Amino acid sequence: MPSIDVNGTPIEVNADGFLVNPDDWNESAAGILAAQAGISLTPRHWDVINFCRKDFTATGKSPGVRRITKVGGVPTKEMYALFPGGPGKLAAKLSGLEKPKGCL
Amino acid sequence: MKKLLILGAGTAGTMMANKLRRRLDPVEWEITIVDPDPIHYYQPGFLFVPFGVYESHELKRPKTEFLPAGVTLRAETVEVVEPDKKRVKLQGRTEYLHYDVLIVATGTQIQPGETEGLLGEGWRKDIFDFYSFDGSAALRKKLQHFEGGRVVLNVAEMPIKCPVAPLEFLFLADYYFHTQGIRDKVELVYATPLDAAFTKPRAAELLGGLLEQKGVKVVPDFNLSEVKAGEKKIASYDGKELDYDLFVSIPVNMGDALWERSGLGDELNYVATDKHTLAAKQMKDVFVLGDATDLPSSKAGSVAHFEAEVLTENVLRQIEGQALLPDFDGHANCFIESGFGKGLLIDFNYTTEPLPGKFPLPGVGPFSLLAESKMNHWGKMMFRYVYWNQLIRGVELPLEAQMVMAGKQAA
Repeated sequence: MPSIDVNGTPIEVNADGFLVNPDDWNESAAGILAAQAGISLTPRHWDVINFCRKDFTATGKSPGVRRITKVGGVPTKEMYALFPGGPGKLAAKLSGLEKPKGCL
Repeated sequence: MKKLLILGAGTAGTMMANKLRRRLDPVEWEITIVDPDPIHYYQPGFLFVPFGVYESHELKRPKTEFLPAGVTLRAETVEVVEPDKKRVKLQGRTEYLHYDVLIVATGTQIQPGETEGLLGEGWRKDIFDFYSFDGSAALRKKLQHFEGGRVVLNVAEMPIKCPVAPLEFLFLADYYFHTQGIRDKVELVYATPLDAAFTKPRAAELLGGLLEQKGVKVVPDFNLSEVKAGEKKIASYDGKELDYDLFVSIPVNMGDALWERSGLGDELNYVATDKHTLAAKQMKDVFVLGDATDLPSSKAGSVAHFEAEVLTENVLRQIEGQALLPDFDGHANCFIESGFGKGLLIDFNYTTEPLPGKFPLPGVGPFSLLAESKMNHWGKMMFRYVYWNQLIRGVELPLEAQMVMAGKQAA
């Protein structure tokens, strides 16, 4: 299994770069995963990440874009501006969660 | 009398009504089923209407034809479900329907109004859907007079009912335009929010190969933001644009709005369901099956059928105070029409993706898994008879509810 180095501690990730265990996540890990995706985190990114973490704790599932938009209150267009290329996947990845399902 | 209430008389609800009426004592239990539409549609047929394979009128029959004696159909709309009081309120009525056990089979529907511009000036002129009875009939008329141009098929958002239908539409469109002698004048484009042709890797590779072979251009990672009907363009959230002469849309699919009104649906109005027992997670004595669930299984009639087998046993166990069986495994079984009189068949569940092999008899068939054959096409054509006469009437079919590995070639 590959891993990323977070302040000297290795954290396990899968082949697509998602954390294997959501409990390993911390704010520094989010910063490193964001940098890998070419994103520098702003307070608005943190709003999304905090929502995803909270929602995952409540439901046990990674929220998709529609849920982040409808329940988290971040407009879809802004999601694409914040996380270019794949807001659902990237928001989940930076939040230390698995790739959202909903694609079946 | 105890009351069993079923919401939705489509494929899933009708099967449950038939199966449970047979198993529950008519002296002890009354069964009521509520659905606002008195017509039962053979939904797998919608795909074929645009290409003239089926006539629209062959695809609808009265719902009462498929409900046994001892089941009351109420053609009404449900306003809200109140699980704490174990009752359901009907729209425009003061009465409530009370239940001892509730089965939710409210399905999923297209919601073209969710996408900006989709229902605008181009709707049913050069913008069509084929997921509705009216839509597929309107597209038939359009295709009869279509002389060529760029046909763009788009899935607005996942999940959708019958995830293989977009691919079948493209395969059949390629075949249809060949038979019309205008295939060289038609460009076929598939814009999908997925990163490949299908959701399951091995099948995606095969189906992607077939699309390429048939000259369909795939545009992956396309998340539809807006339809600019005046300019005949569709736009994605990240600024991509595609021109079309004919736009065939699979709009956003959503569960019944009654779940939003009841405060019991997720962001797409699907109902939280236990993936193995099919019990509702937030309501007591309530079960969910078919397209209405939030499960990570395909939204398809075959899934509803396999769920109905498991759920019949679990409803009876619940009534008798026994523990529920965690027997649903996500099993799905889908014929994929691939044009020129051929088809494919895929069989999979939550954990096993579609594999090659023979089905249903291991090594014998007659159907071939994950491969094109003429027999698979005939299977798909025969299925309409099986659907009307056996499946929704709750007659046992010679298929296991759970997926079996025998006959499949693992990697």
